[in-house]
Amino acid sequence: MKVLVADLHIHTCLSPCATLDMTPRKIVRAARDKGLDIIAVTDHNSAENAGAVMAAAGDAGPSVIPGIEVTTSEEVHILGLFGGVREALAMQDLVYENLQPGENDEDLFGMQVIANEFDEVEGFNKRLLIGATALPIGEVVTAIHRFHGLAVAAHMDREAFSIVGQLGFIPEDLPLDALEVSKGVPLALARARFSRYEDFAFITSSDAHQIGEVGTSPTSFLVAGPDLAELSLAFRGRGNRDVRT
Amino acid sequence: MKLAEIVEKLQLTVRTGAGFLDREITRGYASDLMSDVMANANEGDLWVTLQIHQNIVAVAVMRSLGGIVLINGREPEDATVEKAEAEGLPILVSQMPAFELVGRLFELGISGI
Repeated sequence: MKVLVADLHIHTCLSPCATLDMTPRKIVRAARDKGLDIIAVTDHNSAENAGAVMAAAGDAGPSVIPGIEVTTSEEVHILGLFGGVREALAMQDLVYENLQPGENDEDLFGMQVIANEFDEVEGFNKRLLIGATALPIGEVVTAIHRFHGLAVAAHMDREAFSIVGQLGFIPEDLPLDALEVSKGVPLALARARFSRYEDFAFITSSDAHQIGEVGTSPTSFLVAGPDLAELSLAFRGRGNRDVRT
Repeated sequence: MKLAEIVEKLQLTVRTGAGFLDREITRGYASDLMSDVMANANEGDLWVTLQIHQNIVAVAVMRSLGGIVLINGREPEDATVEKAEAEGLPILVSQMPAFELVGRLFELGISGI
C-alpha cells in the first residue's frame, strides 16, 4: 500500500466555464508540478477531452481517470469516474441523448474546445453543455454503475447544483460511491458537519476551471495503485484501502 | 380556502392524496431548491415547485406543508407518488407555468407572507 494524491474533479477547455488554457498538456504539467498521482477529467456533460488528457499524460503520469460531470434533471451535479475512455464515452452517449436541446452561445457561456494531446484544437462542441439532462438523479447513478463507474456527488456542501442544495438531503436509497466537498474544506470538518452521512466516503477536489487551481485541494488515498478499482476499494474502506482524512 | 376548492378553481389534476383535500390553505411558498423550502416554508403552506423527485414528499412532510402543486404539467416520479400516497400528501398538477399559477393563487387569497 502507498499514499497516492488525487484531484478527481478537473475541467478542461471543453467546459464552457473553464479557461482556454485548460488544455491536456497544461493540465498534465500542472498536475505533475503539484505532485498529483491521479487526476480525473470531468467536463460538464461531456467526456470528449478525457482521452486527450490520458494520452498527454502517457506512461509518465499522472494516472488519468476519464470522467464526466453530469447535470441531472434536478440540476444536481454528479461526477461519473470510469475505468476507461470507452465507458466514459458510453455514459456521454446517454447524456447527449438526454441533454437539453440547443446550441452553445460562446459569447454567453464560453467556448467548448475539443483538444488533442498536443494541445491543438480539433474542433468545437456545439451542444448546450451548460444545460441540464432529462435524466433523474437515480437514473444517472444507475447508468454510471452500469458502465462500471463510480458516482460521486459533487461539491455537496454548496447550495448551487449540489445534491443537498437541490434535494434538501441525500435520498436513502441512492447508491452513491462518495461525496465531494468544495475546495479547501478539511475532510474532518466535512465529516463532522455532515455526520448523518458518515457511511459515505468524503473527498475534496479542486473543481479546477483554470490552470492555477489544479491540485489545490487534493485528497490522499491509501491504495495499491492509481486505478479506478483501487479508488472503489478505498471509498468502501475495503482491503485495507482508505481515504485519508 | 379548502384545497378541494383550489383544485376546482385552477383546474388542477389530483395525483395523490385525494382523500386529504378538505384541509384549509391560507398561504403558499414557491421554490425549487429543497434546502430553501426546508429552511423557509411554513406549516400548512401550499408548495409550488417543478421538482418531481421523491424528496419533495419528505420535505413537505417534514415542514407539515398543506400540499404540493407541480407546474408546467410536470408528472411526479413513480417513487414520489408511492411515498405521497403513503403519507397522505396531496400532489396536484397544473398545466400553468409557476408565475401564472402563483398569480392565480394570490387572486384566490393565498398569500406568501
